[in-house]
Amino acid sequence: GILSQGGNTSPVPLPPPQSSCWRRKRAEMITFNLDDGFTEAVVRGYRSGILSQGDYSNLGQCDGLEDMRMHLAVTDYGNFLQNEPSPLQTMTISEKCTEKLVEEFNYIRCNASAELAKFLDYITYGYMIDNVILLLTGTLHERDTSELLEKCHPLGKFQSLATLAITTSPKDAYKLVLVDTPLAVYAQKCFTESQDFTELNIEVIRNTLYKAYLEDFYAYTQKLGGATADVMGEILRFEADRRAINITINSLDTELTKEGRGELYCNFGDLYPEGVMRLERADTQDAVRQAVESFGQYRELFQEDQFNRDKSLEDWFFEYEVKLNKLAFEQQFQYGVFYAYMKLKEQEVRNIVWIAECISQDQKSRINQYIPIF
Amino acid sequence: MTTQMSYMLPSAGYFDNWLILFEQISPYALADIGIGISIGVSVLGAAWGIFTTGSSLVGAAIKAPRIRSKNLISVIFCEAVAIYGVIIAIILSTKMGTPEAYAVNTDTEGCNTMAALRSSWPQLPGGGASCQGSLYMKNLLFPAYAIFNAGVCVGFSNLFCGVCVGITGSGCALADAQNGTLFVKILIIEIFGSALGLFGVIVGIIMSSPAYIK
Repeated sequence: GILSQGGNTSPVPLPPPQSSCWRRKRAEMITFNLDDGFTEAVVRGYRSGILSQGDYSNLGQCDGLEDMRMHLAVTDYGNFLQNEPSPLQTMTISEKCTEKLVEEFNYIRCNASAELAKFLDYITYGYMIDNVILLLTGTLHERDTSELLEKCHPLGKFQSLATLAITTSPKDAYKLVLVDTPLAVYAQKCFTESQDFTELNIEVIRNTLYKAYLEDFYAYTQKLGGATADVMGEILRFEADRRAINITINSLDTELTKEGRGELYCNFGDLYPEGVMRLERADTQDAVRQAVESFGQYRELFQEDQFNRDKSLEDWFFEYEVKLNKLAFEQQFQYGVFYAYMKLKEQEVRNIVWIAECISQDQKSRINQYIPIF
Repeated sequence: MTTQMSYMLPSAGYFDNWLILFEQISPYALADIGIGISIGVSVLGAAWGIFTTGSSLVGAAIKAPRIRSKNLISVIFCEAVAIYGVIIAIILSTKMGTPEAYAVNTDTEGCNTMAALRSSWPQLPGGGASCQGSLYMKNLLFPAYAIFNAGVCVGFSNLFCGVCVGITGSGCALADAQNGTLFVKILIIEIFGSALGLFGVIVGIIMSSPAYIK
């Protein structure tokens, strides 16, 4: 396929082709609006439509999902649930919210300049990886392909996605499907065995693909330079650290060896290299805590956990991510706002679904455990 | 070496310094280039500012249509920069004389005839004392330099003024879309920015006012 780079044997995926990024490093402010002024302004307009605290408290006071439909109609969402049949379900709300996000993304993608289009494509690779793993896992558990395709994230769909259902081994999957996608570069390393897929196998594959993707994305943003490199660098370093901590905690007491675990950590991030080394050797929760304690922003991670059982580690990570994404909007003339908007909107969808679930399951006491954004 | 050497007028004591290079440039060329720079570079600055502000304004007005009319002020400030350039160009153009002035002002005063130069080479005839006050210097070279540099002064100050107002205007449009009370405050920054162009115009006028190519 035209996107395959089969001859590459270097351990790190090839950097993307040279772009005219020199001017960004030196003269961002005066040349950014040439190509991307319109799209940045559009995304900032979208940002102003993110639900506020007032909207969330209105939603929290709803008695049922029909009420929620009414309250969402006065926000930026508008009448998006208009045509849904009457016993509304949280699944539908989630799908329609994501659909709206996808529409906004596609509008920006259509109006994007070449460089911005490449940046936005990088954002979609993450969803592609999720879809690939979803399909492989689902096929392993013998689910129906069309059912799985419906659950795939729309931004990560590509043409040959369905063909993954008939593949049985990683090598097969690579040769038939992945080699023609942008994921080819990331898949080269881990899709070489010809043994069949297993549960553990697929998890390792997911993490290896995502690691390669994150490293590539980070290298690309740093090459763009200027404010984009600063903003995206901070966000992606946190992402790498978060994955490192999660992988470590989830693989304590499992079959994954320490070397295996070590190969899944990204080669950048605040925790790299010392924290990552210590995480690799960690055996217990305590050891993990000690490994990250010396890094200021993660110190309270495990302390807070002990005192406040309501907020899990995952919630803390979501909160921190929201904080970094909000900060991305403070700078003008950089690409970080596009990434940050996508992540904030996803968090908003998660919040809406949480509130909807609390309402429909009658657990109003837990309704305030969403992550507030603005 | 022909009689055309009559226009080679050194103002320093010797022929062998770099000033001769500039003085060789025809005064008419210098003056007209200055006028061209004043309008051309000002328009460059204005255009830069307008596209910077305009693209942000167009995008931000999608979700916040109320900002449309108010934020055109930023575009008007940028346009004013181009207008300054045009005004100065017109003023400077009226100071251009016709080439008839040339013949009158390059007469000999023993300073630039072939015979006198040959005898005193490499020094000026008479030690250069009479050359400084020659008609060529007073009536042609001085106005030429004044007009050229007034043009450069106005052109470049308007360039940077336009870029400044443009970037600020872009920020103003985006901020106004989020929060309407910010508009007037950011407009004050733009007003200070557009004063930069005005400074250039004032200095340009002062520089060029005694200049007239008769």
